[in-house]
Amino acid sequence: MAVLEFIKTYSPLFLPAIWITIQITVLSILLGIVIGLVTALAKLTRVKLLNRIADLYITVIRGTPLIVQLSFIYFALPGIGIELSAFVAGSIGLGIHNGAYIAEIFRGGIQSISTGQTEAARSLGMTQSQTMRRIILPQALRRVIPPLGNQFIIALKDSSLAGLITVNEIYMTSRRLGASTYQQMEFYMLAGAFYLILVTLFSVVVQKIEKTLETSKRQSSEIL
Amino acid sequence: MSQPIVKLKNLNKWFGDLHVLRDISLEVDPSEVVVFIGASGSGKSTLLRCINFLEEAQKGEIWINGKEINPYRENLNKVRKKIGMVFQHFNLFPHMTVMQNVIEGPVQVTGTPRKTAREEGMELLEQVGLEDKADEYPEMLSGGQKQRVAIARALAMKPELMLFDEPTSALDPELVGEVLNVMKDLAKKGMTMAVVTHEMGFAREVAERVFYMDEGKIIETGTPGAIFDSPQHPRTKQFLSQIL
Ligand SMILES: Nc1ncnc2c1ncn2[C@@H]1O[C@H](COP(=O)(O)OP(=O)(O)O)[C@@H](O)[C@H]1O
Ligand SMILES: [Mg+2]
Repeated sequence: MAVLEFIKTYSPLFLPAIWITIQITVLSILLGIVIGLVTALAKLTRVKLLNRIADLYITVIRGTPLIVQLSFIYFALPGIGIELSAFVAGSIGLGIHNGAYIAEIFRGGIQSISTGQTEAARSLGMTQSQTMRRIILPQALRRVIPPLGNQFIIALKDSSLAGLITVNEIYMTSRRLGASTYQQMEFYMLAGAFYLILVTLFSVVVQKIEKTLETSKRQSSEIL
Repeated sequence: MSQPIVKLKNLNKWFGDLHVLRDISLEVDPSEVVVFIGASGSGKSTLLRCINFLEEAQKGEIWINGKEINPYRENLNKVRKKIGMVFQHFNLFPHMTVMQNVIEGPVQVTGTPRKTAREEGMELLEQVGLEDKADEYPEMLSGGQKQRVAIARALAMKPELMLFDEPTSALDPELVGEVLNVMKDLAKKGMTMAVVTHEMGFAREVAERVFYMDEGKIIETGTPGAIFDSPQHPRTKQFLSQIL
């Protein structure tokens, strides 16, 4: 059959692109988690300046299109001497982008832990940072796994925009091959199928993590 | 000569425009048990929370163990670790087992080796009758058991003073007794305690003094017998007639 033949012929050409999509997604989520945590804490301290900086960052990132952010980093920054490869620019850009959303996820998670927990910890003589690290974050972490997993999937799909700054990920590859073979429709469908498969795999991984956290509370309180 | 463990002098606290504590002055001596009663909103919780600096009083003096505490100059974590607090809603750490709850303070704050902390923790759990629950998570416990764990957790820091804020008012009636028994036990061992409670039986049995609070003021003080049997102030009389 023609469809099977098509898939069989062209799928191997996507393997490097799939690998790049996975890498850029994972890197941008890891970077996003670090930025998100720092930003969430900055938003929650009593230091006004930090609150403002965090607010500004979140407002700018959530208020502008991702493609503008990526283009800015890849096409505009070289103008002031910062030249990054497309892959690095894409990972950093997506990381900064995800960070703003993850910051709000973390802030929500932290704020959902009752103040009684903080009071109990402080009344034992624990410092603010001990309280955060030992009492609040381990509980908040468990609550943010579902929205974080959701953000992971959004990040995976958003990584396609890195194609527009010349990263050879799945979407870009489908466009390139489609243009050169005049089979654009087939290639877009193939790209879509790869995204669908990756999203499904990521969802399964996220669910596994949720389950593990639920059944081994003990371990997660010992990590931090 | 022994110092009072707590001395408050003209303590005043506002929440915005709301004047919640008005010129509170009192002393609690070592091994003394004092009980605070008063209507909801009269400032009892706020008073306890000012003593361990969970709330900051704007005016007046707080002396702990003969030393005036200036919240801006003092390391409040050091002050707090010697003052245990037990809350109405327990506030156990749900992601930790009973034993982990109990040793968290000693291990993290005092730097006690885990092994020592566990041994001492086990003794405390025996003291509150929960040695068989050491490896359970709080969600598996009844309210009375949770509160006894909370007491053990506070005691693990070897406090010089224990604050109790309505420790039995969130409990089903049949579970109140087990918590009060642990508290009575503690009082008999010589612990200094400041307790907000309307449990008259408890107050009569172990309290030296009862303070009646009304709109942020202490308007009557006396032995439990004096306050409960022959209150002088009309507001005290009215309050007691309502809760009896
Ligand atoms: N964090 C707060 N912010 C504003 N008002 C508060 C706060 N905590 C308590 N209050 C108010 O202070 C008063 C005393 O409260 P509280 O000390 O809890 O009384 P009690 O424990 O005797 O019921 C009440 O009017 C209460 O609404
Ligand atoms: Mg209260």
